Parts: sequence; structure tokens; C-alpha cells
Amino acid sequence: MAVLVSTTINGDNVEFACDPHESLLDVLRNRLGLTGAKEGCGTGDCGSCSVQVDGRVVCACLMLGVEAEGHEIETVEGMSHGVELHPLQTKFIEHAALQCGVCTPGFLMAAKALLEKNPDPTEEEIRFGLAGNLCRCTGYDKIVRAVQDAAKVMRG
Amino acid sequence: MQYEAPETTKAAVGLLAKAKGSAYVLAGGSDLLVRMKGGFVEPDLVVDIKRIKPMREIRKTASGFTIGAAVSCAEMNENKALIKAWPGVVEAAGLIGSKQVQSRCTVVGNLCNSSPAADSVPALFAAGARAVIQGPRGKRKVAVEDIPVGPGKNALKKGELIEAIELPARKGKSGDAYLRFIPRSEMDIAVVSAGVSLTLDAKGVIKDARVALGAVAPTVVLVKAAAKAIVGTKLDGTALEKLGEAASAACSPIDDKRGTVEFRTKVAAVLARRAAEIAYKRAGGK
Repeated sequence: MAVLVSTTINGDNVEFACDPHESLLDVLRNRLGLTGAKEGCGTGDCGSCSVQVDGRVVCACLMLGVEAEGHEIETVEGMSHGVELHPLQTKFIEHAALQCGVCTPGFLMAAKALLEKNPDPTEEEIRFGLAGNLCRCTGYDKIVRAVQDAAKVMRG
Repeated sequence: MQYEAPETTKAAVGLLAKAKGSAYVLAGGSDLLVRMKGGFVEPDLVVDIKRIKPMREIRKTASGFTIGAAVSCAEMNENKALIKAWPGVVEAAGLIGSKQVQSRCTVVGNLCNSSPAADSVPALFAAGARAVIQGPRGKRKVAVEDIPVGPGKNALKKGELIEAIELPARKGKSGDAYLRFIPRSEMDIAVVSAGVSLTLDAKGVIKDARVALGAVAPTVVLVKAAAKAIVGTKLDGTALEKLGEAASAACSPIDDKRGTVEFRTKVAAVLARRAAEIAYKRAGGK
């Protein structure tokens, strides 16, 4: 039986109905058309479905849609201001920190959460902070450089 | 599947007690949702405890700390008073999974899931933590080492849930530490792990000690002989050697792709010694 859930996604009030066993990731992708978060493993290992809930980064595959009731969800779709990209998005492009792009939304959300808590992380802190995100294309180096560069821009 | 998110412990217990089919408690979901996804469990009822306010809190009391069952490991790692009093427990909780998992996972879930390799559990055993259980017949408190009874099996009865973990107040010169061996630098399951908690007298002699090992037996084990080996000492070379011997003697591990029996038995001694040295230093011993 479907449950009615009311939540906030990227600043907008959103209501949706979902089955109790549906993951937040399935709700975002299949019911709300927010396909930025990707399903890689579906078991919380790869981080490609990373979103923020009340300011904390979580795997949307490891949360039920019904748990979103009353919480604030932020997805990669809410990262830019219209056509103006977030510094992390700009720097990922500049540093070519992606190839196939499947992991990228997750990396962006995890990196955003990291920099909000720690605006000037060391390389080691970045690597540990992003350890829950897997990338099989870049070898991670370009991602780390992009995050370092974005952090610099964001510190102003 | 029916999903319920009650606002009181009483309501949660009521739901669990009268559930007809399979009922599961949902806190962080990092174990439950993976098992649901894999088809290993098909719950008829899921009781989400995160709307029960007292379960979301870390409270400092005269008798120590009470950590609610729905407090995430990330929240534990942001609580300065808790970090100061129980650095070993907090560092163990902080080793579970990724940042994403940290945002949701709980030590009570880690305990109830009862994996022998659970990171926070040896630290909780060493700390002498107690589990506050609520059930249809009221409240009871048990030592955390009475919760896991086998791999994936816990001692909770139908209708019962753990509402909180209690950590004792720290008196005098005390310290704890947790170490694990993994072949990677992060995001892995312990091959062997050790938690140690110590209290010293004014001269730096160990008055009380608790030593626990993970991933070397069907459950995390409290090793009393290892603690006995170092009580009354200043953790000198002989004491450390005896600690290691007692730790190895307590091992009955399995052979698997992560490590052999021989490897786990040897590394248990090494980690117990190293964790004891860190705990000793944190307690102010020299």
C-alpha cells in the first residue's frame, strides 16, 4: 500500500506516494524524475547515489523513501544556480575529473558535504572523505585535484 | 511491508510485540536495507525508531553517557565530551563504512547485527557498556557482551529493542583505544580487531582493565585473562607479552579469504598490545 510522503527537495516542497519498501533512490529516479543520483551497487558501497539529508551525505539506496518525511533532501540537481555552476562542478570540468560520468553526481555531493564541514582539507582528508565513492575511470587523482581547486575558490 | 515510525519507545515496543510476521527495527538501515535488497529478509513490519526523541540524543549524566539507539556514528564523532571521555569507542564507531554510511549507521545497530567483525562492538565490550532494553515486560539493562550470541544472532526476545547504550563515567586516569587490521586503508571489514580500556592509579599502575577482540570467534569476545595479565603492572614488556599470549589463546577464528587462523591468532596479540599501549598513554601513563 502506497504511503504519502511530504518532504523538501532542493528547497521545494515535494509530495509523493511510494511503497514502504522503495528506496529513496528509486523514488527520486522513478517517481520524481531526478535521475542525477545513480544506482551503482545498490548496497551502499559505491556512493554514486549520494545525496544530502539535513546537511549530511547519505546513500539514497540505503534509505527508504518513506524516511524522507519532514526532512530536507538535496540532490545534484540542486547544486547549480540555474546556469551558474557550483565551483565543484566547474572544477570537475576544468580538471577533466570524469570520463563516463556515472560516479560524478555522487562525488560532487560527497565533496560538497566534505567542504561544507572542512573548507581547507588536506589531500589525505579529501581521499578519506571521498572513500565511499568509487570511480573506475579516473584513478581518483583528477578528482582530488578538482576538489582541492574548488576548495580554494570557495574559500575566496 | 508495513512501515511505522512511532514517536515513543512504548509505541515501538507495542508494534514489535504484536507483530504477526517478521518484524525489524530500522535505525540507520545500513544492514537492514542491504539484506532486504539482497532478498535475505522480507520484513512484514519495519519500525523506524528515528522519530523517538530520546533515542536521538547523547546525554551526559552523573553515571556517564547515554547514547540513544538512533544516534548516528557521525553524531558521536561530533560530541566533544564523548570523544574526551571515550576516544576508543568513538574512533571505533567512526571506522564503520564510509561518510555516507556514518551519517546513518548506529552502534546499537552494529551490536544487534552481531557480526563478529563489527567495529564498534569490541570497544563497547572493553568500555563495560550496558544495553538498555525495552520490551513488553518493561525495562532491563544487560552488559553489552550478553547481546551477540552468534554470527548475526542476538539475545533480544520478541518485542524487545535496545533503547540506548550506557557508558560508565570516567574516573581518574582512564583511557581506551580500538585498533583493527584491514588490508586497505579504509572502507573494509576487520580481519582482526582489539578494544582495550584501562584505569590507572596515581602511580600509573593499571587498576582495572578490559580487553575485547573482534573477528577471531563467532562473536566479539571479552578476554578476561588478557585483562588479568596487565592489571597491577605499568604495562612493561613482560606484561605486554603476557597480554599478547592471553589474546592469542582466546582466539578460535575461521580461515577465510580475509585471513587464516594462524594470521588472525598472531595479529590478535599484536593489536591487543598496541591498543593497550595507546589506552595506557591516553590514561596518562608513562
